[in-house]
Amino acid sequence: MVSFNYVIKDELGIHARPAGMLVKEAGALTSEITLDKAGKKGSAKKIFGVMGLGVKCGEEITVTVEGDSEEADAAVMKAFFENNL
Amino acid sequence: MKKLTGKPVFSGTAIGRISVLMKKDESIKRAHIDDVEGEQSRVMTAKEQAQKELQVLYEKAVQEVGEAGAMIFDVHQMMLDDDDYLDSIKNIIALENVNAEYAVATTGDNFAAMFAEMDDEYMKARAADVQDISSRLIRVLQGKEQANMDGDDPVIVVAEDLAPSETVQMDKSKVLAFVTRFGSSNSHTAILARTMNIPALITVDYDESINGKMGVVDGKTGWLIIDPDEETLSHYREEQRLEEEKRILLREMRGKETVTKSGKKIKLYANIGSPSDVASVLQNDADGIGLFRSEFIYLDKSNYPTEEEQFQAYKAAVQNMAGKTVIIRTLDIGADKQVDYFGMDKEENPAMGYRAIRICLDRIDLFKTQLRALFRASAFGKVAIMYPMIISVSEVLQIKKIVEEVKAELRDMGILFDEELEQGIMIETPAAAMISDLLAKEVDFFSIGTNDLTQYTLAIDRQNAKLDPIYDAHHEAVLRMIQMVVDNAHKEGIWAGICGELGADQELTERFVEMGVDELSVTPTFVLPIRKVIRDIE
Repeated sequence: MVSFNYVIKDELGIHARPAGMLVKEAGALTSEITLDKAGKKGSAKKIFGVMGLGVKCGEEITVTVEGDSEEADAAVMKAFFENNL
Repeated sequence: MKKLTGKPVFSGTAIGRISVLMKKDESIKRAHIDDVEGEQSRVMTAKEQAQKELQVLYEKAVQEVGEAGAMIFDVHQMMLDDDDYLDSIKNIIALENVNAEYAVATTGDNFAAMFAEMDDEYMKARAADVQDISSRLIRVLQGKEQANMDGDDPVIVVAEDLAPSETVQMDKSKVLAFVTRFGSSNSHTAILARTMNIPALITVDYDESINGKMGVVDGKTGWLIIDPDEETLSHYREEQRLEEEKRILLREMRGKETVTKSGKKIKLYANIGSPSDVASVLQNDADGIGLFRSEFIYLDKSNYPTEEEQFQAYKAAVQNMAGKTVIIRTLDIGADKQVDYFGMDKEENPAMGYRAIRICLDRIDLFKTQLRALFRASAFGKVAIMYPMIISVSEVLQIKKIVEEVKAELRDMGILFDEELEQGIMIETPAAAMISDLLAKEVDFFSIGTNDLTQYTLAIDRQNAKLDPIYDAHHEAVLRMIQMVVDNAHKEGIWAGICGELGADQELTERFVEMGVDELSVTPTFVLPIRKVIRDIE
């Protein structure tokens, strides 16, 4: 299991557009990917899992990646957040 | 004639027939079913059909509003594909032995409520997306076709609320404006209206009897005028003509250099009063900001703004201007702008009283806080500082001494700033104009504040309407002073500009250019019209 923290910089938080992109990106990976905002969890592969957390600008989330290629998948996720959120 | 008021989410004028979109009867009946699996598979089949429709809408929206705006239909497809959403529908069917339509409606309500309860306006507005996909699914389950707008003439579309899928399905050549009873400025209708460049109003309380009547949408005031009289109509036709002219001007003048036919370049800058005005500066393609009034950071507060607070505000504006010059004027409180926490005495004649640089040179800590914030912001772009209400060389020397202290403090702390930062003064008192030859030796530029300069030179109080008939904005005394200031600036090799209202007076633009004025700083919306005037000068 690999995890990292990330503070959202996008003004609107994880809004519909990047949430959609995130679900696509995560869906292409084999690992289980979970987002955690202050104890509230959601799957990064489901749009309601992501948007349901209601993550706003400046809030920190923990991204947990678990699976056979978790190291590589975590790197993909990290790059995604840095480039899009 | 009747006038309804709402909140504009995109400006502009529309004139045309009103078309009220009547909501179809969407009441969902709860029915008992025995074949749970059959009902569940109906949901899956409907889901696939709904996704196909959304894919078509997505492709249509990409053509019309681009990929970013179309992404919402991609997100809708994902929502329909979400296991949590589908499992909830299937569970309700299985547990309650109810029909698919009812299960979808219930699930839709639950998921929408999840968004509606969030403490963020944007996320709250997403409840509409969930309702939108659920209605789509129900409609497919009921075997109904997608609704289409009929009629041939373009109309003002009036509706309770518009789901994103409804707005994109419309034939855009037939929509003059959107008006809704509900919706928020974050709703997709608002966002799409902005992208499509048509006026849109929300929170308009209408009744369906307006359907088919003539209407005017005023995207500035938020009015929907029903059955306008001839006078109103001609007023708005004129508005439309002006808007069209502006659009053409915008297209023609954006990205062009501000230069006369013979090749003289003029710096055409914009005046702003808060960081949020930067958007309008960029939209109107100004070459920089010639007057950024810093009062915003002091007004509407109960205590002095901190250095950090000021730094963040200046930095944001400077970064957004991406390397273009931003001339920030230091505090100009006093006169007509009073702030309670400054604890200033009431004055008989505040325009000539304790204000602007006079406060700063008296309360040096206050001044230093602002200077430190300004110098720190200079590390993030091209900042220049301008001091208001100067009347003597000794004031400038005092300022320079304080500035050197601030710079030394920053250097000691290892804080980066622009060592080459330009410092200039406002020429807005007759005294400063008269000794501009001496002042020019001490500063990097002059910016002529014509509003105050005119009122002090003519001894006419701007607030006194009784004096309007004798107030002459083009008074020769003021124009001669401007000439004198420009000449004195050039003798010392510095530049001189105008940041008062006179700078935007198109009758004088040619004269200013002839005088040798190097810079004009005007309200953002005047930038492109003035650029056109300058480009037509020989």
